[in-house]
Order: sequence, then C-alpha cells, then structure tokens
Amino acid sequence: MKRLLLATALIAVSGAAFAQDVVRLGTEGAYPPFNFINDAGEVAGFERDVGDELCKRAELTCEWVTNEWDSIIPNLQSGNYDVIIAGMSITDERDEVIDFSQNYFPPAASAFVATAADADLGGVVSAQVSTIQAGYVAESGATLLEFATPDETIAAVRNGEAAAVFADKDFLAPIVAESGGELMFVGEDVQLGGGVGLGLRESDTELKAKFDAAIQSMKDDGSLNALIEKHFGPETAKF
Amino acid sequence: MFAACADPKAIEGLTWTLCYLTSGKHIDFYWSFVTVLTLLALTAPLALAMGFLGASAARSRVFPLRLLGKSYAALVRGVPDIVFFLFFVIALDQGIEYLKSLAVCEGGEWPWQGLEFRVCTEAKVPLGAASAAWHQAYGFGLAVFTFAFVFGAFAANVLFGAMNAVPNPQLETAEAYGMSQPQVFRRILVPQMCCCSCWG
Repeated sequence: MKRLLLATALIAVSGAAFAQDVVRLGTEGAYPPFNFINDAGEVAGFERDVGDELCKRAELTCEWVTNEWDSIIPNLQSGNYDVIIAGMSITDERDEVIDFSQNYFPPAASAFVATAADADLGGVVSAQVSTIQAGYVAESGATLLEFATPDETIAAVRNGEAAAVFADKDFLAPIVAESGGELMFVGEDVQLGGGVGLGLRESDTELKAKFDAAIQSMKDDGSLNALIEKHFGPETAKF
Repeated sequence: MFAACADPKAIEGLTWTLCYLTSGKHIDFYWSFVTVLTLLALTAPLALAMGFLGASAARSRVFPLRLLGKSYAALVRGVPDIVFFLFFVIALDQGIEYLKSLAVCEGGEWPWQGLEFRVCTEAKVPLGAASAAWHQAYGFGLAVFTFAFVFGAFAANVLFGAMNAVPNPQLETAEAYGMSQPQVFRRILVPQMCCCSCWG
C-alpha cells in the first residue's frame, strides 16, 4: 500500500513537472469553413488558423480536441478541454453558463435555404440542435426540426423532410453555390447573436484575459480580417 | 498517403481510386470501424460478466446483495440510454478525477462549484499535457466501462430469468446429495442455466 502511494505520488510529481500550460481547444470538426476535418484527418478551417495564431500570440501551448456539439458545453465545464472554439455565437443564454471572449468573427447574418423560391418558412424548418438558429425558429412559430449535425439539416431540405433550413449564411453560401441551382436562399436574412467568440469556463478569468488580448492584437493589425477573407471570401462582414 | 498521390491532377483511373480510398479522411473512416469492433469485442464479454454478477447477486440469500442485484438490473434498464451515453460518461470521469484529487491535490476544495467541475491540474486524468493517444485510450476505457455497465444490466435480466428457469427440484436434489451452496451453484445452476439463457 505504501509503495502504491509512493508510486502515485511520484507519477503526480513527474506529471506536474511536465505540465507546462497546455491549453486544450475543443471544436466540433463538422462546420466548414469554421472548422472541419481535412483530407489528412486533422482539424482545419478558419478556426484552426485563428486558434493557432492566438495561442502563438498568447504564448500558450495548445492542443486540438474534437467533441460532439451536443455535449460541448458540459465537457468544457467538466474540464475535458479549456476553450470552445467551434463557431459558437455569443448569446445571453450561453453567457449564463459559460464565459465568452470578445468576438473573433463579427455578428453574421443567418439565412433560410430551400429548394424552391416559394418555400413555406412558417412550415417545417430544420436547424442544428442547440444553436441560436434553432432557438429563433422555435420562437418564430414554425415547426422546428432539429438535427445533431449541420449536414443533416441540409439533407432534410434536399429530401423534402423540411421546407427550409435555417443556419449561418456563411456556412450555407458555399453549399448553395455548389448545389447548381438545386438550393437557393429564400426570405430575408436575420441578424442573430453577438458574433462568434471563444467559450471559456467562468472561473478561467486569467485565460480569458490572455485570449482577449490576443484577439484584440489580431484585430488591430488586420491579420484577423485577412483570415476571415481567406476562408469566407471578400464579401463577408469584417471588423 | 502514397507519394504518387501528391498531385491530384496527374492521377487517373485505378490510381485515382486507390489514392481516394487511402486519403486521410478514409483512413479515419476505417479506423472508426476498427474502434467500434474493438469496443464490441471488449464490451461483450465484460457485459456478460457484469450480467452474471448481477444475476447471481439478485438470487443471493443475503438481502443487501439481492437488493443490489435487482435494483442494478431494474434501474439501469429503466434509465434512457441517452442519459448514460451523454452524461454518465462525464460523471464517471469526474468521479475518477475526484478520487485522484483526494490523493494528489492540496487544499482539498470541493470540486463541484456551481456548474463547473474544478480539480487541480495534477488530478486531471489523463494529465492535460499527456499525448492525444492517452486521452483517446482513456475515453475508450470510459466507453468500455459504460457499455459494459449498461448492457450488463440487460444481460443480468436475461441470466436472472434463466437461473429461475432451472427446476428447483434439481437444486434440492443436489443439496440432498450433500453439495454445499457454492457447489450447487457451480455444478448444477450455472450449467443448467446456460441452455436456457442461450435463447436470450
């Protein structure tokens, strides 16, 4: 027993010696162009570039982790990673349970996409579960059809299960462009949320300050705008 | 993966297909199959073992043990699977880290603060600085345990039914021949139960 305790203590001490500040970044990996898994099987996209740059500026060692969207907030609170960087819009409801850094992506328009221009936006509308868009559809009086992944929300429109899909316009734009006329934007764009920010535990004020400073420095020298343009095209809203 | 695949424009036909099927994404895709099959291979015997323990406990003569066995099968089967696979894993992970924190952390603060779970960095399992492989192995271990725990309850129910299906006179006869309780269990109940439980 004594030896066991000693061994445990030794492991703990050696572990502590190794434990320089590794910050684990949690993302979904299924939301291009914000974050996705590239052909090499690694996390890529706008947030990969932003995250790596922020870690460099804040002088942190960062590691990427993927997690299902459904449980992305509980796992942050449980300490399985330290930062959510997954295209998460800043909303009051989320702000009650976690903290947000300042936004690294400006408040963006959400839009409806359907297969026909006269689609009934008061009918069945698909959206990803636990997104601001899902909340908006539920409140609008339309029938909300929720899916776990963004891909499924699009598929629901293609196979006629839903009349339209409601999601971030920046996510939908390339899909509409590649559909060859099958899918189109319908209705008015809607402004939702306070932009996309990093989600952090409320107790992690020190880490939040570091990331806030790093985001500010990227905003100031224009490198953030350059990355937004690289991944979303020149027409997207910038800072 | 192969050097010939580096330039997508220069390849065609079979080479293209080969390159396509060995891209990083596809390799990940194949790995997910391997992971699921490994999980199944590890979980099936473990779940059976859990079920056997649960069923034996449910038939025990000791009341607390009987209560434990019966409530394990009834409770776990009654709780929706989504609760287990979404939140039980998190709770299990927190439980492990809490136990470790008792041994390695100083101060001994209560880790559940509001919605957050906070233990000192040394108590993290695996440590934050550990390589990704350890994190994956740990997650896999949690999954094996959770699956075994959940499916064990279903197996316990089946095995309990099978044990009850063994005719009582057989067990009584064994006792009359002078076998002890463990001997009756080992030599009569378990072999006789097996043919009943196959159907389940």
